[in-house]
Amino acid sequence: MANSSFEEKLGSNKFVVTTEVGPPKSVDISEMVHHIELLKDKVDAINITDHQSSVMRFPSLGGALLVKELGGEPVLQMTCRDRNRLALQADLLMAYSRGITNVLCLTGDSVDVGDHKEAKPVFDLDSVQLLKMIRTLESGTDMGGNELKAAPRFCIGATVHPEADFVEPQLVKFDKKVAAGAQFFQTQGIFDLASLRRFMQYASQFNVKILAGIIVLSSAGMARYMNNNVPGIIVSQTIIDELAAVEKGKGLQKGIEIAARMIKTIKEEKLCHGVHIMAVGNERVVPGILEAAELVNA
Amino acid sequence: MIVAEQKPFEEIRRMITPYERVLILGCGTCMTVCDAGGEREVSFLHNALRLAQARSGDVAHTFSEYTLKRQCDPEFLELLPEKVADVDVVLSLGCGIGVQAIAESFPEMPVLPGVNTSFMGMTKESGVWDERCAACGDCRLEDTAGICPITRCTKGILNGPCAGTKKGKCEANKDMDCAWILIYQRLERLQQLDKMRRYYPPRNFRTIPRPRRIVTKAAVVTGEGDG
Ligand code: SF4
Ligand code: SF4
Repeated sequence: MANSSFEEKLGSNKFVVTTEVGPPKSVDISEMVHHIELLKDKVDAINITDHQSSVMRFPSLGGALLVKELGGEPVLQMTCRDRNRLALQADLLMAYSRGITNVLCLTGDSVDVGDHKEAKPVFDLDSVQLLKMIRTLESGTDMGGNELKAAPRFCIGATVHPEADFVEPQLVKFDKKVAAGAQFFQTQGIFDLASLRRFMQYASQFNVKILAGIIVLSSAGMARYMNNNVPGIIVSQTIIDELAAVEKGKGLQKGIEIAARMIKTIKEEKLCHGVHIMAVGNERVVPGILEAAELVNA
Repeated sequence: MIVAEQKPFEEIRRMITPYERVLILGCGTCMTVCDAGGEREVSFLHNALRLAQARSGDVAHTFSEYTLKRQCDPEFLELLPEKVADVDVVLSLGCGIGVQAIAESFPEMPVLPGVNTSFMGMTKESGVWDERCAACGDCRLEDTAGICPITRCTKGILNGPCAGTKKGKCEANKDMDCAWILIYQRLERLQQLDKMRRYYPPRNFRTIPRPRRIVTKAAVVTGEGDG
């Protein structure tokens, strides 16, 4: 039986749409509340990022709780960067007890890319081990082998990087994540549909759902910045050129157009099972993208 | 070997301020090889300290120098009591272990660290040293084609590369190779990619309850029928 409405959608043959909201570096959460309210009925689930790019913010667990309270469907992003296995397990117990049952398991960015470079990097577990740990909790014991009086049940996912410049080792890791229990994947940003097609030829042998990551770019400068500074991201030259060709101030509009076009193609050609839209700070434009892609959720 | 860097000169000058007679004590093993605290560096530091003192016009210290074959081994400390007898402080250019070995041998004598002990590594080229082992107590180099993921991957992860690697480099440092790309390529060359596909469980940090102690077992492996 499906454990969450998101899991149910994954199990149906519907095109699944998720997006993400980044918590603020603040105790004022009004903007996050606004973004969640704006998006909750238009997508199948909202990811809440976990100190994205290793920048300290309001926690993902708090954000996911908020999504739940506001009547949305959260995907709790959980990285291994900041918590050891005790803290990760504890947070999972808390999450389940409050109805947060979708978890995206990540290793987490390096501390060196963030805004607390002197912090101790934890990485007691990695993403594959985190997936396994969740399955262990579900079986009724913790990682120490001790019994849980009541066990949780989660719908768990992970990420994969089809556009990595050396993709083979990423595919090996993808296999391990599937074997460890991942049910869905939200890919890193896709900028070239050919690489998604190639990846799906490989991935379709597994019984997992693939949501293509769509990053909304707002200018050629942002794309170049991401290429140089954001771990793993490789925006293709074609897209950079397309963004560079528009007049100043029209970049975001172009970015929206590109995202919508890609989503439309992915859906029409059934390239994969859905999309995960990452608007990185421009959450307010996501409804427009959905509309332009003719994807307004019923 | 152990690799260290000499502390900044001003920090050394600040540390010795309260003491009059200073013995600068070098180490003839690792600290010599990594140019941080061998006989040569002891003599350079000695001269620099004397010169700085002369320039400042305030003659507060007298200096002596000596270099042991190895500071971390009691066997080599024999001649030291004589050298230490008439000084007020030992400025050790041994690694952190050397400093502590001297402190343990001379309970009444203050000992100062003259180097920042950095890591266990190897000489990459003349004047360049690279970290290679974090002494995790459970060596997994068999599974990783002789490349240590704990030391060379900035996250020390065990099941393959994170998604942050670009152009074979690490997300944390564009000048540093991604350990997991190196491991993948070498396993492929050795036709051992099955080791890449295996699941590796979380590390057992009980292998490193600090501080660790090793007690020798048998001096030789006696083979079958042993114990
Ligand atoms: S696995 Fe790495 S850190 Fe551990 S003992 Fe081997 S080389 Fe050292
Ligand atoms: S890029 Fe490679 S070396 Fe750097 S953290 Fe990721 S896996 Fe480790």
